[in-house]
Amino acid sequence: MKELKDQTQDNAERTRERRLYTPSVDIIERESDTLLLADMPGVDENGLDITVEKRSLTIYGKVDAEIPEKHTLVSSEYGIGDYQRSFTLSDEVDTEKIQATIKNGVLRLVLPKADSARIKKIPVTAGV
Amino acid sequence: MLWSNIGRLIDPWRELDFVNRPRLRVLTPATIDFPAANIWVSGDKAVVSTEIPGLDTDALEVSVVNNLLTLRGSRQTEELKEGETYHRQERWSGKFAKSIELPFAIESGKVEAKFTKGVLYISLPRAEADKPKKITIKAEQ
Repeated sequence: MKELKDQTQDNAERTRERRLYTPSVDIIERESDTLLLADMPGVDENGLDITVEKRSLTIYGKVDAEIPEKHTLVSSEYGIGDYQRSFTLSDEVDTEKIQATIKNGVLRLVLPKADSARIKKIPVTAGV
Repeated sequence: MLWSNIGRLIDPWRELDFVNRPRLRVLTPATIDFPAANIWVSGDKAVVSTEIPGLDTDALEVSVVNNLLTLRGSRQTEELKEGETYHRQERWSGKFAKSIELPFAIESGKVEAKFTKGVLYISLPRAEADKPKKITIKAEQ
């Protein structure tokens, strides 16, 4: 269920006067990367804006919804607006190799871990 | 910051919006079954739009009986391999069946459905038999 973003959390206002929703996400930690899936119905590859700055990841999706012409909305369960959400990444990300695809309104973001963030196994030998 | 909050509370347009559409508040249920749907009506036509991101059209079934529209489908979670763990799992998954009651009976043969960017649009024309008949009044000579 999408919820209206609390605008007080943002210091700066957006110039586009639209409702802003927080997309639902799944985040899966994998061996060499982190996979992020976000439900962003109404967004395609042209309306997507992904930024990574140090450890801060922001996804923004602009919705161009088709509103049936000359029709009256008689029952409404979801509102129409853009999506935005930010995360602080726990691992250093190799920003050069980030892959983003969007299909049927689901964003699939693969964030490869930087070499320095890969787990270094320290062998422990048993003392005699 | 404080001003922007006050501005939101007394936004005259927002209030006007509520006054204009009091029906919406009544009809919006407290809990919403997946997928969330909006219903639009214009004369003898209705359009139902519903957000079902990540679904293939194969996994979706749309049926119409009289004035009842039923949507069925399922959405799977990502299959995890060994060593993979969920940090967050917020997206809806599982099987769903949702019925929507429309204000009139539907001509099931003329229903059109379009799926784009994770949003399904179903256009539902009113059944001919359900349309109100105009009765001509004969004036006595």
